[in-house]
Amino acid sequence: MDQALLRPAVIGLMIFIVFNALIIASAILVYAERKIMGFMQQRYGPYLVGPHGMMQPFADILKLLFKEELRPKGADKWLFTLAPVLAVVAAFAAFATVPFGAETTLFGLLDEPIKLGVADVNVGVLVVFAVTSMGVYGIVLAGWSSNSKYALFGGLRASAQMISYELSYATAIAAVILLAGSMSVREVVDSQTGFWLGFIPKWYIFLQPLGFIIYAIAGVAETNRAPFDFPEAEQELVAGFNTEYSSVRFALFPQAEYINMVTMSAVATDLYLGGWHFPFVPEYLGWLAFLAKVGFILFVYIWMRWTVPRYRYDQLMKFGWKYLFPASVINLLVTAAMVLYFNA
Amino acid sequence: MPESVLFYLLSGLAVAASALVIGQRNPMYSVLLLIVSFAALAGLYIVLDAPFVAMAQMIIYAGAIMVLFLFVVMLLNAPQEDGAEWDRTHPLRRPGFARIGVVLAVLLVAELGWALAKVVSLGSPVGGRADGAVIGSVREMGRVLFTQYSFAFEATSVLILVAMVGAVVLARREGDA
Repeated sequence: MDQALLRPAVIGLMIFIVFNALIIASAILVYAERKIMGFMQQRYGPYLVGPHGMMQPFADILKLLFKEELRPKGADKWLFTLAPVLAVVAAFAAFATVPFGAETTLFGLLDEPIKLGVADVNVGVLVVFAVTSMGVYGIVLAGWSSNSKYALFGGLRASAQMISYELSYATAIAAVILLAGSMSVREVVDSQTGFWLGFIPKWYIFLQPLGFIIYAIAGVAETNRAPFDFPEAEQELVAGFNTEYSSVRFALFPQAEYINMVTMSAVATDLYLGGWHFPFVPEYLGWLAFLAKVGFILFVYIWMRWTVPRYRYDQLMKFGWKYLFPASVINLLVTAAMVLYFNA
Repeated sequence: MPESVLFYLLSGLAVAASALVIGQRNPMYSVLLLIVSFAALAGLYIVLDAPFVAMAQMIIYAGAIMVLFLFVVMLLNAPQEDGAEWDRTHPLRRPGFARIGVVLAVLLVAELGWALAKVVSLGSPVGGRADGAVIGSVREMGRVLFTQYSFAFEATSVLILVAMVGAVVLARREGDA
């Protein structure tokens, strides 16, 4: 078959697969979250819709589709509609530069190997970061446009939390960029091939244990998940920024949150856990190793939500500025010194 | 050809959004339009082959600073500006200040014209230097920033530090520790 036609077709197919995989992933996460929460609280969780309640997320979304869309009287018409769309678009777009597999010819179908991942740009790490930071506008605008005090407080908290934890997040990533010497996510992954002493995989989590912890904490705060779910904080703010939303507009917010979780886990896998490299797993099955790692991080995410209680808001700010940020700066300085010393 | 189409599209968007920022009565819309303007600028940087600058623009200006702006606007819950209710006793509305404003505006336009004329007369290719190095690359930019322009770089950081200290001094109430 004509290679000139086949290649764009394969890339188009990949975009289609990634887009749908993210939608399915958020459905799976809804189910997993309720099921894991159930087991942790010694219940079954969803059990009635489909085998072991597996159709529950689809039932949920159908129910939401048929609900009435409400808009508070004093709400800003345009921004109230725009906000959920903004949140979910940013969530989808952020995954564009996250690679999830090695180069492949798809079993000889293509002459030139194709990279598994939607786009490979030389500042890929920054693109992910820039696009995810756009996602917070969805939450902030939802909070403001609702014309409700609970929603407004949720939006305020989201913006303050974002500013506070974005710094530590970026500084932790900068240390990895220093080690890899590249801002392309794919090149960062490829610099993690091989072993130390023959059996320890060369993953950056072993060189950057502190960086990984900072990344993980800041990542949880960035995705507004417990114990940092202040914009929602149902005990204090009813439902926070999405109090006034209903129907599909409401459904888009958890969707964006789950996709953001997937992106955060995928980036953590690529930057710290060697991406699709895994001992004794051949390269063409690498994407399975990638999926397994992402799945594990997502499980920890959910595990944490049902184990750790929410912080207090002042504790959040204190922790972010007084401990996490200095730690990330020290981490960056030490890493820079080490890179200079060993590479000179 | 597609580059010049993109250029006019993005710069048109940037100019239109910036103009609308001033025209809005609602500060919230102003902030959002400013973000659109910043995003269009980032697109222009990409057209100019400087992806790093574009992403820095998105992260720092559109991402961090504008979130802070939104935070402040929301926190103050600023009402819609109304022309009739505008405070005419405000010191900036006095005729003397208006004259200074006019002079400054004329100066700004003259300066812009001078700068534009200079750029046009140079006619240099944008995004590249005489020795062929690409300015857009992170490596080259870091090198130039810390060697050739190190004084400007350090002076800017001191300036920002001064602004920060000033803000703390102004915001601190008497009697606070």
